[in-house]
Amino acid sequence: MILNPSVLALLLIALLVSVMGLYAGYYGLRILLRWNPASGSEMQLDLERRTYLVSTIMSYILGFELMSLFLFIYTANDLHLLFTGAMCAAGTLAVNFFGYPVLLFKIVNFLLAGVWLVVNYTDNRGYDYPLIRFKYKLLTLVVPLLLLESGLLAAYFAGLKPDIITSCCGSLFSHESNSFSGDLASLPHLPMQIAFFSGMAITAICGLIFYTRGCAGYLFSIAATLTFLIAAASIVSFIGLYFYELPTHHCPFCILQREYNYVGYLLYATLFGGAVAGIGTGVLMPFRNIGSLARIIPVMQRRLTLVTLVCYLLFTLVVVREMVFSALKLGL
Amino acid sequence: MKRALERHLNILEFTLASLLRRKAKNLSLLAMYLLVIFILASLQFFVTALKREAAIILSDAPDMVVQRLVAGRQDLVPARYAAEIANIRGVTAVRPRLWGYYYDALNGANYTIIANDDPAIGPERVSIGAGVAKARNLAVGDLLPLISYDKAPVMLEISTIFPSNSDLIAADMIIISPGDFRQLFNFPSGQATDLAVMVRNPKELPTVAAKIAGQFPDSRPILKNEIQRTYQSIFDWRGGMTLIILASALFSFIIFAWDKAAGLSAEERKEIGILKSIGWETSDVLLLKFWEGAVISLTAFLVGTVLAYGHVFFLSAPLFAQALKGWSVVYPRFQLVPVVDVYQLAVLFFLTVVPYTTATIIPCWRAATIDPDAAMRY
Amino acid sequence: MIELSGITKSFNSGKPNQFTAVDNVTLTVNNQQITVFKGPSGSGKTSLLSMIGCMARPTSGRIFLHGVAAAVPFQQEGVDSVEITSLPERFLNQIRRSTFGFIFQQFNLVKGISVLENVMLPAYPTGEGQALFRARALALLEQFNIARLAGQRVELLSGGELQRVAIARALINNPSIIIADEPTAHLDSKLSQEFMAIVGRLKGEGKSVLIASHDPIVFDSPLIDALVEMRDGAVVASRSSR
Ligand SMILES: Nc1ncnc2c1ncn2[C@@H]1O[C@H](COP(=O)(O)OP(=O)(O)OP(=O)(O)O)[C@@H](O)[C@H]1O
Ligand SMILES: [Mg+2]
Repeated sequence: MILNPSVLALLLIALLVSVMGLYAGYYGLRILLRWNPASGSEMQLDLERRTYLVSTIMSYILGFELMSLFLFIYTANDLHLLFTGAMCAAGTLAVNFFGYPVLLFKIVNFLLAGVWLVVNYTDNRGYDYPLIRFKYKLLTLVVPLLLLESGLLAAYFAGLKPDIITSCCGSLFSHESNSFSGDLASLPHLPMQIAFFSGMAITAICGLIFYTRGCAGYLFSIAATLTFLIAAASIVSFIGLYFYELPTHHCPFCILQREYNYVGYLLYATLFGGAVAGIGTGVLMPFRNIGSLARIIPVMQRRLTLVTLVCYLLFTLVVVREMVFSALKLGL
Repeated sequence: MKRALERHLNILEFTLASLLRRKAKNLSLLAMYLLVIFILASLQFFVTALKREAAIILSDAPDMVVQRLVAGRQDLVPARYAAEIANIRGVTAVRPRLWGYYYDALNGANYTIIANDDPAIGPERVSIGAGVAKARNLAVGDLLPLISYDKAPVMLEISTIFPSNSDLIAADMIIISPGDFRQLFNFPSGQATDLAVMVRNPKELPTVAAKIAGQFPDSRPILKNEIQRTYQSIFDWRGGMTLIILASALFSFIIFAWDKAAGLSAEERKEIGILKSIGWETSDVLLLKFWEGAVISLTAFLVGTVLAYGHVFFLSAPLFAQALKGWSVVYPRFQLVPVVDVYQLAVLFFLTVVPYTTATIIPCWRAATIDPDAAMRY
Repeated sequence: MIELSGITKSFNSGKPNQFTAVDNVTLTVNNQQITVFKGPSGSGKTSLLSMIGCMARPTSGRIFLHGVAAAVPFQQEGVDSVEITSLPERFLNQIRRSTFGFIFQQFNLVKGISVLENVMLPAYPTGEGQALFRARALALLEQFNIARLAGQRVELLSGGELQRVAIARALINNPSIIIADEPTAHLDSKLSQEFMAIVGRLKGEGKSVLIASHDPIVFDSPLIDALVEMRDGAVVASRSSR
């Protein structure tokens, strides 16, 4: 256990998020069980008021998840000095089994909280709250994940002992390594680049079709989701290399540092933002024809689609710019 | 989009006006908030600056230091070790170092005395840190009297005083020539306090260290990054311990914040009731409350960190400098180099604003869900 | 037109202190008329008005608002009436904000801010640009001859001025229905008459006005179109003056 202010801050946030999540989950369950819009009873009025509380809590959770995601990476980076072999966040995260799962859950929970808020926002605009059951079911799925993430985080920090010898981005994200991260790094550049650019192109085309004609919504959402995954893998596989101008440095974290003008924040913000909007579009698809939302969802979806398109476009532009101007040229 | 923005602006404007209207209540909250942020930020700035300081000092330290242990205690290293280590492959240079501590009975301080071949120093001349100069009230050209091992006075002329503005170690440092050093402490010739070993390729450090340890079983090689790590964790630990104590302060602050947010005055209750009765919705009042918290938090955060900055970097952290540094009493005026980065600020934000915000969610929600028709019954 | 059918409002239902404030009220209130609700204290006038004004929801029964489609952005196209009792608070509020203006017995102005700000207050969360509603507020103050008080704080105003500020505030969002609960309780008879004159003007502008009152100046006024008498939560008599 390392007692340092940022570790304390992260643990504190995890605690707060868990407590808030449990609280929201409890009322979510009550709403699931007792919701009856036809009733004017005091209990129904109370439940209705609780929905405001739950959405407020969820928006705070989303904010905290996002901020703590970056704080987590930054802290891991800051702690690397304590571990032999660690040169950046990648090494610190590899110190014990829990590091990477925490990161993964933070990302997943961020995406889920974002999608939940999209659904919530939409639902709040239908006068009979048609998605209320769906969204509170979704909430009961999110809450255990939030708790799991906090547990993993605690386990991770509890298992951090200075002087542990670890391996860092050099070996973790290198072609020789047999791990998943190593596999990502050893994905050949050319096919990865093709996958990345065609993913972006397909998403853009589907998005434009959906935006203008209102069809192929599912296709767009699936494309956006897959492209998110491909882009994340591409950061490890080839995008990072251009920024580092080193053909062997595959680390997904170093781009968050000052040496690279914090470009990582832009990349991840656009990627995550685009993904939330893209997944959100798909999640809303089945409800397009519900009476009270029939006029609202299509408008919502067009906006979300636009967000995804703009975010992904920005992401691609940053990558292309770097590929053109980087001193590194990857052989094909 | 434009409507949403206008709504925010209108409500924000009203928030600012109502905060000003209720100065008394908000000022006490702000003062508490400020104090907590000020203390945490001072601590954080102070510890980080010390860490940075130590890292800078260590950055021109040798890659490896070799000590010798006798009966588990550090002992002098014979010069022949240096010659043999220099022959190990990969080693570029070995420098025997002479250094030790000098207890100054006059003011109870411990100085670090280091011998240096630097020709600027030469026999009977000395360079001292600003801390020493201040403690003994000395200037360049004065004589520094030291008492040798056999209680005989040794007078050295001061040639340089290290500027006081940055480093932690230089403040209590005295640098003299090797000859004077041996005379002062009756230090046996042909021996050194330890050896500084330079290695061509940093990646070979562990290998070289292993070879040295193998060749001289009584030696103890210490790598620079090991020292760095120790420093790092010492500071973290100290910062962490103190933070735990502060956490309890923070905790009571949170309870205070909760109480403030929950204990709406009749006046405020009525006001929210009026707002709701004339067409404000629960989420509008929630937004109002959000802005209220945001304005208070940001004010407290900005002012608190700026005050802490002044406290640590201009006033040298009088509140806890002694407690935390605790190396020596030679730090009457110790100026840290200002280092503040986004990361530190983010950590502070998480430790103060986030818990405050969380603590106020439920009270704010309760306030926002006052019945709109309550206003008809005042 | 406002149509109430079988409206009941109970408090603390299921508990021993259960109380029915409004009991099975069925009623029609016409547009562009002045309707007065009269009855002894505790007869349920305020409760009824707050349900009509989308401030509270009835325990059972239905309320239809006709001719307010413009104010109901979430409703299906082509439908001109809304049934408000099944709507969640969020939507009730949208309707309330754009359709109703309220005048309270105690005027309920916010202390410490200026007259102008008080009048603008209901418009803040609508998302309308401030310049627009500020101009409208100033015009209203002008109309009620209190423009010179715009920057004054409300604590310093006289009763008659307070009342006119309250009326101006009720009108800021251009509502089609004005609800006034005991508006003359704190006014002398001259001011009460002045109030009725203003109400008559509002009716002339095409607004519907609903007033709860025990004041003879109000319910005996020649201006009113309909009188509803209540007792113990029920309507005991309802007559139209025309
Ligand atoms: N929140 C509440 N909980 C319990 N009882 C309530 C509540 N609100 C109102 N009541 C009761 O409902 C009854 C009707 O109240 P209401 O205010 O509608 O009467 P009213 O006709 O407006 O009376 P007045 O002329 O005095 O204003 C009263 O007996 C009151 O005590
Ligand atoms: Mg009443």
